[in-house]
Amino acid sequence: MSKYLLDKFLFTIDRDPELVERYRADPRGTVEWWEAQRANVILNLPEIERSTWLRFTDEEREALATHDYVRLFELGAHHFLTLTLFIALFERDYDEPLGFQREYARRLSHFSLPYPDIST
Amino acid sequence: MATIAAVIASTHHPFYYRASTSTGADRPPFADEWVAKITAFRETLTRSRPDVLVMVGSDHFHQMWLDNMPQFLVGKAPFYDANYYNEEREFGLPRMLVRGEEDLSAYLLRQGLDAGFDLAFSNELRIDHSVTCPLITLRPECDLPIVPVYTNIFAPPLPQPKRFVELGKAIRAIVESWPSDERVAIIGTGHLSLELGGPRQFGPHGPDPEFDRQAVGWIASGDLESALAQVSLESLWLPGNATHGFMDFMLMMGVAGENVKADYVDSLDLFHTMEAYFTWYPEAAR
Repeated sequence: MSKYLLDKFLFTIDRDPELVERYRADPRGTVEWWEAQRANVILNLPEIERSTWLRFTDEEREALATHDYVRLFELGAHHFLTLTLFIALFERDYDEPLGFQREYARRLSHFSLPYPDIST
Repeated sequence: MATIAAVIASTHHPFYYRASTSTGADRPPFADEWVAKITAFRETLTRSRPDVLVMVGSDHFHQMWLDNMPQFLVGKAPFYDANYYNEEREFGLPRMLVRGEEDLSAYLLRQGLDAGFDLAFSNELRIDHSVTCPLITLRPECDLPIVPVYTNIFAPPLPQPKRFVELGKAIRAIVESWPSDERVAIIGTGHLSLELGGPRQFGPHGPDPEFDRQAVGWIASGDLESALAQVSLESLWLPGNATHGFMDFMLMMGVAGENVKADYVDSLDLFHTMEAYFTWYPEAAR
């Protein structure tokens, strides 16, 4: 399990306008590119000092590749990172203010306390 | 020695800027009442005539990241750029630039370290809406230098609630001992019950109105004993999955002092969270 890497994906996509659009348009391709090229880059180090050991589990990769925020919640991805990025991806598709956010809540409504652990 | 002009604690709501500046059909129905409450709250800072603002908030995964996560961090820089692309995108927040009060930053770091708080520091800090929301609500001119203090309420493992209170007490004592003639307002923002990215998010009111009612009572009366007895890192998951931001309120209760009643208390039940506003005037109590 690599909750940290899930969070790192959400964090690094969310902060880059071009990557947000790329992930919306081509989720699987973006996840595969990111895992191959970016997953091991330590964010405040030159790229030559990259890590060597970070990779997604199959279920994590699949959840990201299918925009499955319900599964991400279940896997313990940080709820704030997931929400922020997915608002950027999909809020535009809803007419009502907060329409996407309410749909998001409805789709998570089968979860009860305690929620999946977000500790990394 | 410096004078504590005011101690202010509030929620920080990133929707306020857009709600308060929108017009016509874009203006939400709750905007006028919200603006009226914020305008009255702003006056509680203005009348204290502050020269410097200590601003306690929490980075929302912007500059602080899981590869290098500080628990408590003090900014020490001559300037702070503010707000991020994703805050512009989601909330319409403007880019801002705020001056820093480096002498007080240095003093807070030195004295804090010597008092047993292993404070991290940053010489190039881009502050986010946890600090800019209260600037927008309380001092929109942004004409006063600040000292930002960041807490980790976001990425477990978190410090215990008691540690937030202790840090608040220490900040109060350190600012009071700062060799300066300046008038310092200490401002901190957090949350009452709040859910983000979970099934209880964006409901008709906050996820736990009973917690909110109780919490407002603790803050307004300075009841640290009850707050500390009833709040734990585990219990804060129950009112909502983002409720650990309440620990910033507990820090501010430490600044304000045990059993010291707030001089100004107001709240607003918004659609998915309760807003709450508190001001203390330590000088008047002397």
